[in-house]
Amino acid sequence: MADDILLDFLHMEFVSLFDEMNGEEKPNDLSRQESIGYQVGFRFIKKYTREWNRFKDELEIIKFICKEFWSAIFGKQADTLRTNHQGIYVLIDNQFRFLKRMTDSQQYMDQIGKYLAFSCGLIRGALFNLGIPSVVTTDVSQPPSVKFQIKIHT
Amino acid sequence: MSRQINKNTIETKKVNSDLFVLTYGATIAQLVKECENAEEINKQLDKMGYNIGLRLIEDFLAKTQMAKCHDFKDVADKIQTAFRIYLGFAPTITNWSTANDEFSIIIDNNPLTEYVELPDHLGNLRYCNMLCGVIRGALEMIQIEAQVYFLQDSLRGDPVTELRVKFLKKMEDALPNSED
Repeated sequence: MADDILLDFLHMEFVSLFDEMNGEEKPNDLSRQESIGYQVGFRFIKKYTREWNRFKDELEIIKFICKEFWSAIFGKQADTLRTNHQGIYVLIDNQFRFLKRMTDSQQYMDQIGKYLAFSCGLIRGALFNLGIPSVVTTDVSQPPSVKFQIKIHT
Repeated sequence: MSRQINKNTIETKKVNSDLFVLTYGATIAQLVKECENAEEINKQLDKMGYNIGLRLIEDFLAKTQMAKCHDFKDVADKIQTAFRIYLGFAPTITNWSTANDEFSIIIDNNPLTEYVELPDHLGNLRYCNMLCGVIRGALEMIQIEAQVYFLQDSLRGDPVTELRVKFLKKMEDALPNSED
């Protein structure tokens, strides 16, 4: 199987499908998209770290996520990694895969969250399977640049 | 440095495939939670596929630079090519009807179902139903109205997976009728 575009389209479709299912009662419920991402991230990482060396600490895992995991899934490495050394990590991707072909303006800011929940889930699922329970949130000020914040549960 | 021992960089092509297959599976798992019965899930999958097909045809035409199809045999060939491009395998086209307006796509090993086993209570679920929608949607964009459905499904114990494509009619271009 070759092409990226299938996942891009599938992603768009399930985002709009579950958005529609939410109806008017819960217009901003992103839990389903997040949970799909979580399932995928969890399983994906299991397969792809099988022959990897054991990680020695949390920072090494986060670096792995920034580089290998990010390249594998989003086609490039994350651009910036920051941490406060107290369990909060901030990853910035300036050309985020699921947004870059969608918009580079702030016109649809209210819609953007929908297209990030799946990716948050992916990261959370992957980290969980590597032994790190976390909460992943996003912050977008200038699309397609996305700031992911990973807060690790201690 | 410990990193140097890692000989493995993750291979992209396989990643795309796994990622897509896993995401498709997780989407269905979510639909199983949301929907009342298997028919409802089939319907949603078909609808999602249809929307994907409408867009995918653009990508396909841009990538392959193909000319117009002159008959339905030609269409079948091109569907085969599309399978190779997007899913990485070429299915067999067979069982033509005498009028040449119906054919079957036989899928031997379907990457979509690589890690899948259906539980008993979902006997009516067409796991790959999205494919039907994709084909229908894509054909519609090139003015062909077709019916696409599963005749056999290896997930449900059939020897192969067989998709039937039936030509219904050629859609006319909607021309503005105000001009003479």
